[in-house]
Amino acid sequence: MAYVQLATAACGPVEIEENDIVTFPHGVPGFEEIHRFVLIKPEPELPFSYLQAVDELDLAFVVTDPFGFFADYEFELSEADQSDLSAEREDQLVVLTILTVRDDLAEATANLFAPVVINWETKKGKQVVLHDSGYSTKHPLLPAVAQEGRG
Amino acid sequence: MLVLARKKGESLIIGDNIEVVVLGTEGDTVRLGIKAPKEIQIHRQEVYKAIQESNQEASKSALHISNLAHLLKPKGD
Repeated sequence: MAYVQLATAACGPVEIEENDIVTFPHGVPGFEEIHRFVLIKPEPELPFSYLQAVDELDLAFVVTDPFGFFADYEFELSEADQSDLSAEREDQLVVLTILTVRDDLAEATANLFAPVVINWETKKGKQVVLHDSGYSTKHPLLPAVAQEGRG
Repeated sequence: MLVLARKKGESLIIGDNIEVVVLGTEGDTVRLGIKAPKEIQIHRQEVYKAIQESNQEASKSALHISNLAHLLKPKGD
């Protein structure tokens, strides 16, 4: 198995398996030229990971499982997206949402409009766009956390 | 910018394999049909721009994840 050392800006030096690199053929909007990412989970007890660019060590997104925070979240993957991901079965897929965390943590938001979908078997990824879904790029994370965490 | 007048039902060919058909108009809305290979990404411009901006802002967040941990901890911990 081949290992790669990355000196990432977000979480320092990490060692990844080459097999774990996910290819985004179209990049992601705003970073269309960046095609290879890897998921890094620096703190296993936290429900957050980094989607770290392999070839641009300054670039990482904070991502989370949207269904953990937004219990009612659902969408249908378009045929074009399924084809891009070479997806045949739902259990091949992992859905993540990109978080924006500003200086004021209370304002952290989740982009439910454009979730990241990864096919773990083909190692292909895509940030899909949920046209006409009613979701936005900025759903407050904190109310969701407050509701989940209470009691 | 190339400007062409087209009537309802008429189309344009872009390159070898992209066709844009004018389906009709309703008030100031023009309905377009686009035939293109699957690998060609087609987005409403303002939607794509909103996602670009969201991603650019989100990309500045990564260094805050240790702070996000505090967000989930009970107050006074």
